[in-house]
Amino acid sequence: MISRKVVGSLVCLFVVTAFIWITAGNGKVHYLPYYLPCPEIFSMKLQYTEEKLIQLFPRLFYQQPRVLAPKRRDVLTVTPWLAPIIWEGTFNAEILDSAYRPLNLTVGVTAFAIGKYTRFVGRFLESAEQHFMKGYRVNYYIFTDNPETIPTVQLQPGRRLVTVPIKKYPSWQEISMRRMEAINKHIAETSHGEVDYLFCLDIDMVFYNAWGPETLGDIVAALHPGYFNVPRSQFPYERRSSSAAHIPDGEGDFYYGGAVFGGLVKKVYEFTKTCHMTILTDKANGIMAAWQEESHLNRHFLSHKPSKVLSPEYLWDDRKPKPPEIHLIRFSTVDKDYKEIRD
Amino acid sequence: ADVCTVNIRSYQVCHTVQELYMFTPSLLVSLYSKLGNVNTNLCLSLRILRPFKDYLHSHIPCRRRDVLVLTPWLAPIVWEGTFNRDILNAQYMQKKLVTGVVTFAVTKYVQFIEGFMSSANKYFLAGHQVIFYLFTDNPEQIPHIQMAPENRLFVIPVQNHSRWQDISLSRMDIISRYIRSQFQYEVHYLYSIDIDVQLFEHIGVEIIDALVGTISSWQYTARRESKSYETRTESQAAIPEGEGDFYYTASFYGGSVAEVYKLTRTCFKGVMKDRENGIEARWHDESHLNKYLLYHKPTRLLSPEYYWDEELSRPRIIQVKRMCSVHKNMLRTPGILGSIMWAMLSCHVFLSLDFTII
Repeated sequence: MISRKVVGSLVCLFVVTAFIWITAGNGKVHYLPYYLPCPEIFSMKLQYTEEKLIQLFPRLFYQQPRVLAPKRRDVLTVTPWLAPIIWEGTFNAEILDSAYRPLNLTVGVTAFAIGKYTRFVGRFLESAEQHFMKGYRVNYYIFTDNPETIPTVQLQPGRRLVTVPIKKYPSWQEISMRRMEAINKHIAETSHGEVDYLFCLDIDMVFYNAWGPETLGDIVAALHPGYFNVPRSQFPYERRSSSAAHIPDGEGDFYYGGAVFGGLVKKVYEFTKTCHMTILTDKANGIMAAWQEESHLNRHFLSHKPSKVLSPEYLWDDRKPKPPEIHLIRFSTVDKDYKEIRD
Repeated sequence: ADVCTVNIRSYQVCHTVQELYMFTPSLLVSLYSKLGNVNTNLCLSLRILRPFKDYLHSHIPCRRRDVLVLTPWLAPIVWEGTFNRDILNAQYMQKKLVTGVVTFAVTKYVQFIEGFMSSANKYFLAGHQVIFYLFTDNPEQIPHIQMAPENRLFVIPVQNHSRWQDISLSRMDIISRYIRSQFQYEVHYLYSIDIDVQLFEHIGVEIIDALVGTISSWQYTARRESKSYETRTESQAAIPEGEGDFYYTASFYGGSVAEVYKLTRTCFKGVMKDRENGIEARWHDESHLNKYLLYHKPTRLLSPEYYWDEELSRPRIIQVKRMCSVHKNMLRTPGILGSIMWAMLSCHVFLSLDFTII
């Protein structure tokens, strides 16, 4: 004899199931597109040019460094894992330049100019010619969906511009997150044999002051200008634990900006691959990180700490008032109307 | 109250026990004077006795504003408070690195072996694989040494020289020859340390880098002109006037095997050239080392904490003495005075004040 309770609950179950099936079954079911990772790119074994290490520091005359006279007392200049943080005054540009110049390095710069962002390319390139790695060989890789709109800019000898055609995605968040995949693919196909160091920069920015070899390192990240002087509880990390970019409360060293990162080509290849994998994981779970690939970058740099950190001088936002800690702004955003540009 | 809060803030910022010893007398005085205000005093003193909880997870342990922590060529200078050893250990654990230590104990220096080996076993890269290469002219005199399970000791017989300067200079040659024949296959990083030292504090993975030099404890304040560089231009170790960054000590240097090989080869070639020309550098192998490190700048510098000469009185900037030279018959145990003061403070606090936890 089946009791009344059991019968009652079975009926309820049947009714609810039928209800759901009727209402949702007739409507369109949205399946999230699930992109499989590209197996051939991720399993390629790349042949890199041999890493060029500093051989000799030539003879130079400069002021003696004094143990009891630190240069910048107001800011942290070395991270707890002994990576230097590059502020104006901490380094001697002449010493570093004289050591790096003989190595005949080629530095690559990737920048994405998609849709309306192509209007920034001219100013970016002109200012880069004036300030970025002067005297070194530089390859500019401009990723765009509209190669005709890229203006021809007069380049110094030893520097060249390469336009890389890529697909335009419908939303600006998607474009932003696909950068990792595009950079990774490009390294695998082209750049790994062409450049020694690679920087991935945002296109809607301008160089105002010298950006030199002090920024070269294995893995280089830059501090976000809005969060370098606030405690870690206020960092806009992805806090939802269902995301692959999740950083729990009480963890985190710095908030790194997604507009500037770089390093040795080998290292950039590895961490763009990891970032792209985590972005795909999130996509499969139907979640998008709070600040798109910047959140994924921060998650990656928490567990694989950068070997060199650039101060906000190297990634500034002109809308912010200049605090006393920032002595020299080198790379900063161009004022723009976000709504108009992002469609 | 002002004295109290200054002490506590400083303790929270740099929580080494040595700092506590310095603050104990002033703290006792202030505690006695504030005996009426029992609760606040206990609150303050309990915070002193309870270690700074967040140290392990705090991302900025203690910012050193009083000393230079980064050279003009962007090599970090390792002082107490600039690094978090847990983060560094986590980075290195995955790499499974083997480090070698080369040390020489000839003639009467064999008396230092026991003290050096026992303290190094305990404090040098504890938890990581270390191979000790002990060069001596008298292998039978070496006492039995209890090694940590992950460490190994190799005793290598070496020829004695009549002059101690020759012994010092031949070290470079011996190290470079053995790197080529043996060490490059056994270790990733190699350090050369004098035998007449003892370690009192942990020396960990913060020293691991491509080329590492230690700033001399005698000369960290000296100006270029008064540093002990070799100035006679006939010598290969001569550093021209107006040049020179720091004065490095030859008692503790090292780096990756490839870099140490280049260093020792160049220095020894310099020594041989000088010998042909009938000149000997002012401070022997140390002068050649300084010449090499001027034009092949180290990628990491160690502060004088990492090799402190016992004869010097300790200034405030040296918060921790990790490795000290010892003189004959002066092997000492640390911290007796400190332990007594610590016990006195604990007694005072716990017996004379109320035990309410804030």
